Amino acid sequence: MTISSITQLICFVALSATLVLGALGVVLLPNIVYSAFLLGGVFLSVAGLYLLLNASFVAAAQVLVYVGAVNVLILFAIMLVNKKENLAAIPGLGLRRLLSGAVCGGLFLLLIRVAFTTPWPLPGPEPVGEEATIRIGEHLFSDYLLPFELASVLLLMSMIGAIVLARRDVLSSDVITGEAVDQGLIEKERTPLLLENSPR
Amino acid sequence: MEFTIPTTIPLQAYLALAAVLFCTGVWGLINSRNAVRVLMSIELMLNAVNINLMAFSNYLDGQLIRGQVFAIFVITVAAAEAAVGLAILLSLYRNRETVDMERFNLLRW
Repeated sequence: MTISSITQLICFVALSATLVLGALGVVLLPNIVYSAFLLGGVFLSVAGLYLLLNASFVAAAQVLVYVGAVNVLILFAIMLVNKKENLAAIPGLGLRRLLSGAVCGGLFLLLIRVAFTTPWPLPGPEPVGEEATIRIGEHLFSDYLLPFELASVLLLMSMIGAIVLARRDVLSSDVITGEAVDQGLIEKERTPLLLENSPR
Repeated sequence: MEFTIPTTIPLQAYLALAAVLFCTGVWGLINSRNAVRVLMSIELMLNAVNINLMAFSNYLDGQLIRGQVFAIFVITVAAAEAAVGLAILLSLYRNRETVDMERFNLLRW
């Protein structure tokens, strides 16, 4: 990284403020569309942090995969399931939030303690900086070749799985008579598999 | 011990930031009523782990940047997870007409 350390510090403070505020907004905002857009902001600031950590390739991958694919997918899901529904109040919600907040605070304190008491072997070796992309390529085609190929198989499996799960079984023509089917009728006739008053 | 403003970013700053992000994700995962928000919280937690990996890769493993390779694999798995998770969510919504996590309780004893 060639920029001065004070600039890096300022960038780090700004990016981490965006990150923390965005993450709190994702979790706490009542409107889920705002949450989804804030999630995009969180992903972008994480990509900025990667740039500060001399990882330009992973920062580009973060922008492409998270902001470009995952966030857009989440927005599509919100559009597809966007129905105003009044959530039924459940008893003890405040207590549950308080308890889970205490558990998360305890986890946070534990993580902070580990981070600040462990004697990290600093300073480590000199970072490779701009050669990081070359090193990643060498890793992916030598000692991490098997996980790399497995990742491709995993992506294929998840693609097929997502298509199978999300597909709507609609035939364009009647199987017996061969006539075109009224699509609106099929849409209306779909019955929920699990009825609301089914035995629990 | 006198407190001084460091001139370079310490490793612990990244670890603390990742801890904040992870705990926010865990809280959101437990408390969200909307199923889409649960998936978003999972993404937050995965990003926290990635920040940790990248910080360790830069500060402790500068020559063999194995942390960055791991972060790429984590990004791949997160993309696959998001696709399958949202497909499951759509399928659930089609069957139960709701995204409220409290009503996906068919298997609860």
